[in-house]
Amino acid sequence: MAGEEHGNGHHRGHDHDHDYSELDETELRVRALESLLIEKGYVDPAALDELIETYETRVGPRNGAAVVARAWSDPAFMQALRNNATAAIATLGFTGRQGEHMVAVENTANTHNMVVCTLCSCYPWPVLGLPPVWYKSPPYRARAVSDPRGVLTEFGVTLPQGTNIRVWDSTAEVRYLVIPMRPDGTEEMREEQLATLVTRDSMIGTGLALTPDKARAQGLL
Amino acid sequence: MDGPHDLGGKPGFGPVVPEPNEPVFHDAWEKRAFALTLAMGFTGTWTIDTSRHARERIPPADYLTIGYYRVWLEGLCTLLKEHDLASADEIASGKSAAPPVPVKRILKASDVAATLAKGGPASREPDAPARFGVGDRVRTLAAGVDHHTRLPAYVRGQIGTIAQVHGCHVFADTNAHGRGECPTWLYGVAFDAATVFGPSRAGDSLHLDLWEPYLEPA
Repeated sequence: MAGEEHGNGHHRGHDHDHDYSELDETELRVRALESLLIEKGYVDPAALDELIETYETRVGPRNGAAVVARAWSDPAFMQALRNNATAAIATLGFTGRQGEHMVAVENTANTHNMVVCTLCSCYPWPVLGLPPVWYKSPPYRARAVSDPRGVLTEFGVTLPQGTNIRVWDSTAEVRYLVIPMRPDGTEEMREEQLATLVTRDSMIGTGLALTPDKARAQGLL
Repeated sequence: MDGPHDLGGKPGFGPVVPEPNEPVFHDAWEKRAFALTLAMGFTGTWTIDTSRHARERIPPADYLTIGYYRVWLEGLCTLLKEHDLASADEIASGKSAAPPVPVKRILKASDVAATLAKGGPASREPDAPARFGVGDRVRTLAAGVDHHTRLPAYVRGQIGTIAQVHGCHVFADTNAHGRGECPTWLYGVAFDAATVFGPSRAGDSLHLDLWEPYLEPA
C-alpha cells in the first residue's frame, strides 16, 4: 500500500508513477548484477535460491515463539536463557547467522523491554527471521530510543502507569529477544498452544503477547 | 562517522507505520539483492563491518529515501568496485569484461543451511584483562570520528553504568576498514533515559553494547 510505504520511508519522496519506473530500473540493475556475478563465478544461482527459500519459508518468528513458550512452561529453560541465551536457544535448534550472541530480556509487571538498531537493522534472524520494513526504517530507528511510548501507541499498545521501559539498541553483534509476559488465563495451556499467543512484535517489544480471547478471535486457537 | 544511518533520537521522520501481514520481501528484485549480498559476503572478500560502512557512505538524501534493499544494492556495488571484483561498466552492462578475481570461497547451495546455522561469531579470546567491571561508571567519548563506529551520536559524552561484560569481540571500528579484527572488550552499558532525552523519561533506561575505546572512567 503506497501510503504506508511512504510513512515508512520505503519509497518516500517519489510519486506513484515514478515509483514504478524506478522499480523497473532497479529490477533491471539487479538482474544485470546477478548475471555478471554468476558469469564471474562468484555466486552459485542455486545458492541464491536456497538463501531466499530459507528466510521466506523456514526461518521466522515461529522459532522465537517456540523459545518463549518453552520459557513460560519450563522454569529450568527460563533460567538457562538467563544464564546463556545462545546455548539455551540452540537446544531448540535455532543457531547461526545474526544470532551468534543472544540475550533474552524479560518483561515484568514493572519493566517493558523494546529492541531497536538505530544504526542499521540488527535483528535476531534465527529466532525472528528477517526484520519488517518498519523496523529498518527511519521513524522507528529514530524514535524507539527517544519516544518509545509514542512508538508503542502507534502499535496500539499502552503500558500501565509506572512501567519503566528498557530500550536495547543493538550496536554490536549481540542480538536481543524480548520474553513477553505470559498472559493471564493460560495456566492450563500446553506449550504448542502458548506459542500461538507469541507474536513477532511481542518479541521485539512493540507488542504484547495475545490473550487467549484475542488469539481465538484471530482463529489462532 | 556521522552518516545518515545514525538515526537514534533524530526528529522529523513521522510515525511508525506497521504493515499488516507484511511479506518477507515486497518485490522479486529484493530477494535477489538480499541473496546476492549474503552470497558475496560469504566469499570472504570483505567483513560485515565493511559492508555496513559501504551503506553508511551512501549520500544522505539517497540513504533516507531509496528504501532498505536499494541501500543494500548500492552498498554491494560499492564493495564490488572497491575490491576490484567488478567494474562500474561491468555492473551497468551485466557482462564480464575482465577475468574474475580469485575469492576465498564460493557458497554452494548444498552448504547454505550449514553455513547459516554456523554463523560467524564475533567473540575472540582476550589478550588483556577488561578495564571495566559491572557497576563501574563510564563516560562515552564526546567527539565524533571520521571512520566507521558503533557509538551512536545520541549517547556521545554521556555517563552510563557497565551492566554486562560481553567478552572480547571483533572491533567494528578497525574491522570495517581492513585494519584487522583487533579483539576488544565489549560491554553492555546502561544509560538513564531522562538524562539523555529529558525528564519525561524518568525511570526508563537505554542499553547499548559499546567497545572499551568508546569509554573512559567517570
